[in-house]
Amino acid sequence: MAVQILLNVCLGFMWMFLTTTYDLVAFIKGYFFGLLILFVFRNFFSSRFYLYRVYAVVKLLFIFIKELILANIAVVKIVLTPKLHNTPGIFAYPTRLEKDWEITTLSNLITLTPGTLVVDISEDKKILFVHAVDMNDVQDEIEAIQTSFEKAIMEVSRK
Amino acid sequence: MIEIANIIIVLFIILGAFFHLIAALGVLRLPDVYTRNHAASKAATLGVLCILLATFFYFYFHESEFNTRVLLCIVFMFLTAPVAGHLLGRAAYHHGVKMEGSKVDEYEEYIKVKKSNEPKKYEAYKKKLEKNL
Repeated sequence: MAVQILLNVCLGFMWMFLTTTYDLVAFIKGYFFGLLILFVFRNFFSSRFYLYRVYAVVKLLFIFIKELILANIAVVKIVLTPKLHNTPGIFAYPTRLEKDWEITTLSNLITLTPGTLVVDISEDKKILFVHAVDMNDVQDEIEAIQTSFEKAIMEVSRK
Repeated sequence: MIEIANIIIVLFIILGAFFHLIAALGVLRLPDVYTRNHAASKAATLGVLCILLATFFYFYFHESEFNTRVLLCIVFMFLTAPVAGHLLGRAAYHHGVKMEGSKVDEYEEYIKVKKSNEPKKYEAYKKKLEKNL
């Protein structure tokens, strides 16, 4: 991905030198045409065309913000109910992610989801231990959300 | 235009103060460290975020000053708050703080298995977990 972006910036500069106009507009034009060129030659790179990955990152960012707001609404509900009747607990969650940054991102996302908080990661980085506020009804829902997180993160790191 | 901006600013400040209040109430009301941690780490993050955004908008619309330091502060809050919550929970657990009214605790089992130092036991434990899910 980094190679493709660097190549695209080089193509932008190339355009500036070819047209002998040195300003931001010329660079953006060149960058755009370079993008088209990279798209045409996308089969020659070992990884995907990089705009897909940029799109995946942006999607992950929006999931992050959405989950933060939902988590806060859930916290408000728990705190403001007159009687507390939740049953907390710690459950183990085996993850398929492998790289360190992926696991960090996943655990940050889980910590910001409604009602869950990562307590520890096992030594071989295969299992996350998650503290849940309410073990009764949330668990299935949590699993569903986390598979969607995992999917979003894998979408970013896919080749 | 400036009226709309004022409404947005006031709304963000009120929301931020409200979330801080919720975080404080949660720390007072909830029974144990872990649930308090939930309330503090989530509600306080969004509270700080809202107030910082309000500050940013105020200086942008009234003084027309684009303050990037406030935006950077938001990014840092986003990145560090969940990590702080995680570390607090972990430290509390390893000091033997009990959970209030808990039924399930798979982490305790894991620590036992890890302390026994037998890879076979760990494999069996992992298989059992996969059956659960």
